[in-house]
Order: sequence, then structure tokens, then C-alpha cells
Amino acid sequence: MVPLSWYIVLSAVVFSIGVVGFLIRRNIIIMLISIEIMLNAVNISLAAFSHYLQDIRGQIFVFFVIAVAAAEVAIGLALIIALFRNKPTLNVDEINIMKW
Amino acid sequence: MSFLNLNFMYIKPIAPELIITCIALILMLLDLIVRRKEVIALVGIIGTTLALYLTFKVYGLAGPQTVFNGMFVLDGYSSFFKFIFYINAILTICISLKYMEIEKAAYGEYYALLLFATAGMMIIASALDLIVLYLGIELMSLSTYILVGIIRHDTKSNEAAIKYFLLGGFSSAFLLYGASLIYGLTGTTNIGAIAAFISEKGFAGNQMLLLSMALFTVAFGFKIAAAPFHMWAPDAYEGAPTSITAFMSVGPKAAGFAALGRVFMVAFSSIKVEWSTVLIPLAVLSMCIGNIVAISQTNIKRMLAYSSIAHAGYALLGVIAGTNSGLSSMMNYMFIYAFMNIGAFAVVIMLRREGFKGEDLSDYEGLAKNHPLAAALMLVFMFSLTGIPPTAGFIAKFYVFMEVIKTGHVLLAVIAVLFSVASAFFYLRVVMYMYMKEPRGEVILTTSAPICIALAVTALIVIVFGIFPSSLLDFVSLAISG
Repeated sequence: MVPLSWYIVLSAVVFSIGVVGFLIRRNIIIMLISIEIMLNAVNISLAAFSHYLQDIRGQIFVFFVIAVAAAEVAIGLALIIALFRNKPTLNVDEINIMKW
Repeated sequence: MSFLNLNFMYIKPIAPELIITCIALILMLLDLIVRRKEVIALVGIIGTTLALYLTFKVYGLAGPQTVFNGMFVLDGYSSFFKFIFYINAILTICISLKYMEIEKAAYGEYYALLLFATAGMMIIASALDLIVLYLGIELMSLSTYILVGIIRHDTKSNEAAIKYFLLGGFSSAFLLYGASLIYGLTGTTNIGAIAAFISEKGFAGNQMLLLSMALFTVAFGFKIAAAPFHMWAPDAYEGAPTSITAFMSVGPKAAGFAALGRVFMVAFSSIKVEWSTVLIPLAVLSMCIGNIVAISQTNIKRMLAYSSIAHAGYALLGVIAGTNSGLSSMMNYMFIYAFMNIGAFAVVIMLRREGFKGEDLSDYEGLAKNHPLAAALMLVFMFSLTGIPPTAGFIAKFYVFMEVIKTGHVLLAVIAVLFSVASAFFYLRVVMYMYMKEPRGEVILTTSAPICIALAVTALIVIVFGIFPSSLLDFVSLAISG
């Protein structure tokens, strides 16, 4: 039996990997994947809490998160394709028409 | 108790949401049959008005009605925010009809997406459960991402959508992580039950609770565009179609405040001291960055974006006060802000015509000579955004500042007043350009009946509520009592 705290630590580590990945990588696809990693870190902790508390609510939440994440990716990729048609680049540093 | 027994009692409180969703779906189908976008827009306006009527009918009458196993609530608080969302949707449809044709992006699904985003906001305002809150936020955000990037042939619009999307998704993940921690701590996702559990077990100083509160602050900070989580706002506001800039500077911001008020005042009510300590620097920083950086802007949409960051700071003061009357002053602020901001954007939209952007501040030089009425309206909105009496913007600021002073944050009120004085510089610069400079070239306004109606309504409300604020204040107080 793996104790709850291991799951929580795993979730925190995965979430941090996602945050760091989002902040330091400059490729839009990688940034999108980093967001997905963060969402899945949340899923780990929700499922672990749900099992620990013997409460089904957390797992229902996980289903909603997965469903919404799929919709989010669909929209994100659509936006990336729309951009790519006008400007063939995936580097966010080159997407800089607007600056202060 | 049977949860599957879906009778009419369950449907009635969510009737406005159902109407908005159905109308949005109908609009998508209608787009295939009808070629004229005016028809689609009209159906959208009629549907929203119907929902507004239904919400108005129950407003302030009964106490809170909770349905769907405590996940959804119809109370005065949510109803008041829904008024803001309806008005936002109707006015946005009015100002975008002609404009989207000029931008060559007159798609029918534009109106459907506007209504889907509105439905999302309404769900946020009524959510009494973190799962429902999350779904509402995503429905609103996903629709708004597409709307920002709807001018597919314009790189600026694409870029704005990508930036908004990436940072919006990033902030949603923070919201979810906060929600998962609070779920682990309390074993429930119901906002009321969370509050009961925390006060019962005396978890007030728990570190996991504080961490979760901080994560929620980050997520809501992104949604309301408060500094230091405002980085997306200027780019998204500048690149988006102007009508959508008006839409998203009011709707998602008000929805963010609705969620912030609900979660912080109810679920986190036992750690009020902690969260107000976190929100105070956020408010001060928003007012500072918003007002100071706006001074150096030459693009009016970008300037209004920074101004909207500053206004998020002012409205946050109402939440920081942490009382019911503070909350109602924040709601009052968002209501008035909706009118004055959409009004200002309506004038910006009128300057846009084929082959002429009309977004630069210098385009406003001498506007009063050629178009005295448009210039006068812009003057009213700029005065109102600054907070000069007798406009409604003054009333909004006055009540928010009064509430923070009442709760003992005198220094905070002084800072807010000082920054609001600084804001006069860039708002009144527009007025100065219009009235005190010679026109550089002929500026032709693109007018149409809907945009004139929208301008008339917004200007009228801004002036009438500025002179007679008591009716509005009575209206807001109904929200907190009922």
C-alpha cells in the first residue's frame, strides 16, 4: 500500500515540472503540453484524495478535467494552426508584433 | 431522496442559462440557413432579453434557491452579476454588427460564441460547487479564446488569441490545483460545506488551506487581469477585434469578481485576514501598473487595456473590505464599469472604417470640430472612467473608497485616490486631443442604428446614475439581501 503522501509529493513534483516547462520553454506546442502536464498532476492528486477519503467526488472531478482538457487542446491547436498560416513559426519569442 | 428525479422545480432556477444555451445552439443552426447576419444578431438579442426578463422577475423576491444537490444557486448575488452579463452581451452584439463586416470576419458563429461565453459567466456567478465553477470558467474562457482570434486573416488577432489561450490555460491549472488541495483537506467540493468544515475543525491556520487560497488568488488574478497577473491583458485587448475587447474587458472580469467574491467570502471566510493581506498588494500593484503604464501608450485600445487593469484594482478594494456592503460596492462598480467601458469602445469602433484603423491616439485630434456629438460622448465616458462627478464613474469609485475607509484601510483609500488622480492624465489627454487640437485629416465615422442605440443607452445610464445614484444603490442592496 502506497501512502497518500507519496501521491501528493508526486503530484506536486509533476505540477512543478509543468510550471517550469511552461515558463522556460519557448515552443508553443511544448508550452501546451506543459499545461496538460499540470492538469494531469491535478488529476493524480484528485484521484489519490478520492481513494484516501473513500469519496467518489474527486474521481468525478477528474473526468470533468480530462474532458475539458481535451476541448482546450482542440481549441489551442486550432489557434496555433490559424497563426501558423499567417506566420510560419512556433517560437513564442518571434510572435511579438505587439509590445509595450 | 432521488437525484435523478428531474422535475420542473429543478429546471426553473436554471431557466435563464438554458435559454441562453438554446439560443446559442439555434444561432449556430440559423447561420446555415440565413445569410443576413442582422437576423442572427436580432435573435441573439431577443433571447438575451428574454433571459434578462426571467432573471428580473425573480430578482430580490425569494431567498436563495439551491438546486442540483447544492451545486447551483439562484440568489440576488448571482442574479445581479447576470444582469451585467446580459447587458454586456446585448451591447456587444449591437456594436459588433457593422464592425465585423468591416473587419471581413462576419461569421454567424461569432454571435453563438458570445452567448456561450455569457452562459459560462452565468454558471460561474451561480456556482456553489468547485466542479461547476471550473466548468463555467472553462466554458467562458474557451469561447473567449476563439472570439479573440476570430479575425483569422489578421496575424495580430491570432497572436492575441495564442497569448490569451496559453496564459488562460496556465491559470486554470492553478485553479484546479487549489481546488484539489481544498478537496483533500475538507473532503468536499461544495463551497458552503468547505466553509462549514473549516470553521468546525478549526483549520483556519492550516498551511494547505493557505496554499490553496494563494493558488485561487493566482487563478482569479489572471481572470480579472490584476497585476502581477496582467501580462496577457494588453496584448489580448489590443489584438482582439474591438467589439470583443469591449466584451472581455467587462464580462470575464465581472465573472472573475463573482467567483472571487463567492469563494473568498464564503469558502475562505475563516481566513479573511490572510486573504485580505494577499489581495491588498495585488490591488495596489494593479492601480500602480495600470495607471502609470497607460500614460505611455499611443494605441487607444492598449491604453484602455491598462485602464481596465487599474479598474480591477479599484474594484478589488470592495472585496478587500470583506463586508457585505463592501461586496455590494464592488458589484456596483462592475455594473457602472460595464456601461462606461463599452461606451468608450463603441466610440473607438465608430472610427474604424475600410482601410483606416482609427486606433491611434492621434486619430482623435480635432474630432470635436467634425463630429461634435461623438466627441461629446467620448468626453462623458472618459470623465466617467476618471471618476469625475456628475458621471456614474464617480459614484462607483466613491462607494468603493468609502467601504475601505469604513473597514479601517485609510492608507489604501489614499493610495487609490492618488492613482485615480494620476489616471486623469491619460483619460483627459484623449479629451484634450479631441477639443484642443486641429484636425489633421477628414475622419469619417461609421455609424449604424444599433451602435447609435448602444451609445445612447450607455451615455444615458452613465449620466443618469451619476446624478441620481440612489435607485442604482437600492437595486444593488436587493442583491445582497435577497
